Amino acid sequence: MTTPNLTDAGPRSASTPVGDVVLRVRGLQKYFPIQSSFLRRTIGQVKAVENIDLDVHAGETVGLVGESGCGKSTTGRTMLRLLDPTGGTIEIDGRDVTKLSMRQMVPVRRSAQMIFQDPYSSLNPRHTIGKIISSPWEVQGVNPEGGVKKSVQELMARVGLNPEHYNRFPAEFSGGQRQRIGIARALALRPKLIVCDEPVSALDVSIQAQVLNLLEDLQNEFNLAYVFIAHDLSVVRHIADRIAVMYLGRVMEITDSDSLYRSPRHPYTKALLSAIPLPHPSMRGQRERIVLTGDLPSPSNPPSGCVFRTRCWKAQERCATEIPPLSEISPGTSVACHFPEPAKEPVSFTPPQA
Amino acid sequence: MTAQSTGPATAAGTTKRAFLELDDLKVSFQTEDGVVRAVDGVSFALERGRTMAIVGESGSGKSVTSQAIMGLHSRRAAKITGHAWVDGVDIVTAPDAELRALRGQRMAMIFQDPLSSLHPFYTVGKQLVEAVQAHGEVPKAEARRRAVSMLDRVGIPNAARRVDDYPHSFSGGMRQRAMIAMALINNPALLIADEPTTALDVTVQAQILELIRELQAEYNMAIVLITHDLGVVAESADDVTVMYGGRVVERGGVDEIFSRPSMPYTWGLMSSVPDMEADRGKRLEPIPGQPPSLINLPKGCVFRPRCAYAQHVPDGRCDTERPDLTPVDDGHDARCFLTLDQKRTLAVKATGTEEVA
Repeated sequence: MTTPNLTDAGPRSASTPVGDVVLRVRGLQKYFPIQSSFLRRTIGQVKAVENIDLDVHAGETVGLVGESGCGKSTTGRTMLRLLDPTGGTIEIDGRDVTKLSMRQMVPVRRSAQMIFQDPYSSLNPRHTIGKIISSPWEVQGVNPEGGVKKSVQELMARVGLNPEHYNRFPAEFSGGQRQRIGIARALALRPKLIVCDEPVSALDVSIQAQVLNLLEDLQNEFNLAYVFIAHDLSVVRHIADRIAVMYLGRVMEITDSDSLYRSPRHPYTKALLSAIPLPHPSMRGQRERIVLTGDLPSPSNPPSGCVFRTRCWKAQERCATEIPPLSEISPGTSVACHFPEPAKEPVSFTPPQA
Repeated sequence: MTAQSTGPATAAGTTKRAFLELDDLKVSFQTEDGVVRAVDGVSFALERGRTMAIVGESGSGKSVTSQAIMGLHSRRAAKITGHAWVDGVDIVTAPDAELRALRGQRMAMIFQDPLSSLHPFYTVGKQLVEAVQAHGEVPKAEARRRAVSMLDRVGIPNAARRVDDYPHSFSGGMRQRAMIAMALINNPALLIADEPTTALDVTVQAQILELIRELQAEYNMAIVLITHDLGVVAESADDVTVMYGGRVVERGGVDEIFSRPSMPYTWGLMSSVPDMEADRGKRLEPIPGQPPSLINLPKGCVFRPRCAYAQHVPDGRCDTERPDLTPVDDGHDARCFLTLDQKRTLAVKATGTEEVA
């Protein structure tokens, strides 16, 4: 497999600062063994993540999108060594962390934190908010300036929680507020990188917008890098500078958000985008919709050649025999397809008049 | 269309009732902390062949409303008043035996989570056969034949073989299809779909919505679609009911609601969703604050504590008085004290659309 040069992030919206690389992943693989029920012998492997290359810069948001089972969450967790990679290398903030032990990882976690999807199960119900948010300091042996309580309350105020609720328990908070608690905890160590795994998908839309805005503000304030994992493409498009589309453990396409939505180059990206219902009833029936047939193939037995070929309307013989490498087809855009879609020029969109 | 425009209040009595008609439906639950008014006076009408979307956040009462239509609330736990007519039968007062006959045959429901709504212990086929045999003397072989053809109809590949599989060996999308098959196997006239695609990926969601549309045309079903996804509403619904704090705050035709939303909560909903067709750099405008507690609703307008437009209404009416659902246009009502002009001009500002004609 060739390694396309993703270090050049390509065109990016002007507002995004291009900073140092805080996360560099090369050839990342994660296989889960399938064991026989009797002797626990490994009889196969689920190839959850296969050959992922990614650079994330300070101040940048990289979105990982794909359907359930595509390996996006596994990728996020493996990047932070919450799972041990099967192959490849991971560098966080310039340090190779691929082979570090859990104890050696502790100082690394100061610069890389995670926000989880489920605000109900990711907070210990028996701990007060104060204890939850200050726990990273405790683990790291950090004494925050001005004392723990004051610092926690500053963080709480920063993420939009009432600092007086310091001694309350998670059960007393709503879903959106709990997600704010999770964000405050992730921020406590002033990390450079936060992996956000579906941070808003459990929230109502009005609350979702509050949390998305908060994440954006914090990014600008602290020059944070985000890896933003989500299945909701409109949310990812809103927040991410670059987006990697995953399918069956592989990156199918990676490019900046605007190009991805304006001109998807991989057939899978095109199908995925066309499936999103848009809140414009006047456009009903006017959009080209590609409905993919069938289900995702099993990652323990992926199709030969291109993994998407079994559901692809453009598939030809070559797709079954030859794995298409992720290669750069235009500056900043890499696609793993033998027959990518032609690029579309930018057009300004005006919603049809009602 | 007439049923939507005249509204149930005038339709009741002399005129013929719509196929599904709710009239001042109220559902409340007695809890340790007080009375939860989950649904507080909901009225709407829906004819066969049409889709009504109920939109709202968690706790807005949309699911409780749909469960009341199905008669799923325990009469001991829930206090239900008002009327919910399905094909002339008032669900609120109908005896249990009549409800049982209606459920599954005249009306059916699909739920959000297909895994927890299918029995893990029985094969999909057995559950489908049971649904057929519960409503009439059908020989087992005939019931099974119908089960297979229904599974085939909803797009399960190899239906004749998969009918003997257990739910766990189906994928999420296939389980949702199996549940749709189960709901539709007796050819119901009313389908209630409670967040039918929320647990699914977009590609599967597109397949399922397409399937529901096809089946609606085939069986001339009335569909009540409960969702929080405005995209799904825009693509599937004919009429929209927006609920907040247990009440209808706005209702109207889908084009009307999206092009001329007339209630600050609806504006908030629309501007909180990232729009793929809009500029990427645009900041989202969330609704501040939290949804209200249904035990202790605010005194005046239920949306008042989160509303940014109350200062446009004189004399602090929003704080003291509950607004009624008043007409904005033909077949389009909103529960808000703002004047028509204000609704028009502020909507443009609030939702950022220039779509207001």
